[in-house]
Amino acid sequence: MIYLKYWDPRIEEMSTADIEALQFKLLKTLVYRLYSFSDFYRARMKGSNVHPDDIRSLDDIVKLPFMYKKDLRDHYPDKMFIGGQEDLVRYHVSSGTTGKPTVVGYTQKDLDNWSTSVARGLTSVGLGRKDVMQVSYGYGLFTGGLGLHYGAEKIGATVVPASVGNTERQIELIQDLKVTAIACTPSYMVHMAEVAEKMGIDINRDTKLRTAILGAEPWTEKMRARIEKSTGIKAYDIYGTSELSGPLFTECSEQNGIHIWGDLAYVEVIDPETGERLGPGERGELAITMLQKEALPMIRYRIGDVASFDDSECACGRAHLRISRIQGRVDDMLIIRGINVFPSQVEFTLMSIPELGEHFQIVVDRQGALDTMLVRVELKNAQPFSDKLDDLLRLKGKVAHLLKNSLNVAVDVELVSPGTLARFEGKAKRVVDRRVL
Amino acid sequence: MSYTIKQISIFAENKPGRLAAIAEVLESENINILAFSIAEASGFGVVRALVDAPEKAFKKLSELGYVVSTTDVIGVKMQDRPGGLKEISRMLGDAGINIEYAYAYSGRPHAILILRVDQVEDAIKAILGKGGQLLARDELA
Repeated sequence: MIYLKYWDPRIEEMSTADIEALQFKLLKTLVYRLYSFSDFYRARMKGSNVHPDDIRSLDDIVKLPFMYKKDLRDHYPDKMFIGGQEDLVRYHVSSGTTGKPTVVGYTQKDLDNWSTSVARGLTSVGLGRKDVMQVSYGYGLFTGGLGLHYGAEKIGATVVPASVGNTERQIELIQDLKVTAIACTPSYMVHMAEVAEKMGIDINRDTKLRTAILGAEPWTEKMRARIEKSTGIKAYDIYGTSELSGPLFTECSEQNGIHIWGDLAYVEVIDPETGERLGPGERGELAITMLQKEALPMIRYRIGDVASFDDSECACGRAHLRISRIQGRVDDMLIIRGINVFPSQVEFTLMSIPELGEHFQIVVDRQGALDTMLVRVELKNAQPFSDKLDDLLRLKGKVAHLLKNSLNVAVDVELVSPGTLARFEGKAKRVVDRRVL
Repeated sequence: MSYTIKQISIFAENKPGRLAAIAEVLESENINILAFSIAEASGFGVVRALVDAPEKAFKKLSELGYVVSTTDVIGVKMQDRPGGLKEISRMLGDAGINIEYAYAYSGRPHAILILRVDQVEDAIKAILGKGGQLLARDELA
């Protein structure tokens, strides 16, 4: 058979209750193992006054202390690993843009679980032995290339390990080797589509490429629509980070959230300020527990990514819960009058209003004891504009109203001319926080 | 003869230097401003101007990224004496035409009242019909 519905039916068809029972068993084992073998985590548990015997249900996980990226940096390179170098079969190293790099070690079982996770995801979007997958993520210390490579080989797809760069050559390979699927960053996908067009190649007509697995950087539904429309490719989101192994989890054919395999990971979405758990649909910080990792176990690891979860049944039939697309970084979060506000929410709301341009700025200040939030947004250039003040005031009121609805915080709005706000190369600095605390 | 006049309207934040920037653009294009007004709301305003080359002004300002539009207005020639404004506004009031906004300049031989009304063609008919005088488009250039 060349087409599979499930890669791992025994796991993928589990009910929620069975998944949770398995998770509890795995969590219990994990906590005992860490308490016995990890000096770091035993000290942290003692600091939180919690013993492995206190974990009597899955919900007791909230008693366990969080882990942070800083912990990995503080224990550079391998002081948090369990076991010795002889147990490891690979290292990956993440770039240290904000400090020391972080090193992740893998046992053979860690690699197997990682590639199994990717294999399940690729199968869930309909890929299999009949496919040729071009892996256009970087190969090397970065986990993207090798992560997708091993997952794709596992499902029996034929891998073209193209890595990044030399886009014209990549497009030739897609044609010559009849590539059906590609894994790369969403921005590289857009770039590739543009280069193909310049080469006179219509991806839909002139190639067999129909599936893209896109991740490793934030992207939006708008980008997905653009990619799918211009290329005829179905684009699926993939999520993961090196500390958790690498790219691990994908959307299924429903394209409605990223399934987190419950036997491998336990997901919580928490309020970044209080650490309290949030419910389905609520936006907060991901805290992920890797239930089976051997060399570098992670418990309640706070990645800093913002998302929400959905535990309702997925139309694909899998009960494993789904997380939303990553909607920002916790570092970007603002607290306005006690309410968490993410600039991405502001951006999302502004983008839904046709009269506005794409540039905006958030200015946070404090008047007396009260936080104020001002959103300055450019009007769209070259569009018919009413010269009536009433219409402009109405637009301003509409923007303020929509922002208030989305953020639950009252916002002042300032409409400004196009070109007024600062432009940024690369990552935009949209927030000015003038509060002196 | 056409009596509808193209006024240009420019969105501008209420900040020092914004009007100067707009005026400088018009100067650099050798466009003369015959009359203008600023309507102000909280934090922003609309600069409305009657210029001798509205199409050229619109094109240039758009190119430079200003939010700009053109609006049909009429220019009424008023007697520059007590009661001049009353005569004109009564003509419009009698014809059931509402003035949305207005601004004026006093020149010789007439004072000019620039009007944005809800029914431009009806206003032209009402004023001409009652012996009023309107500024023709050609008189601007």
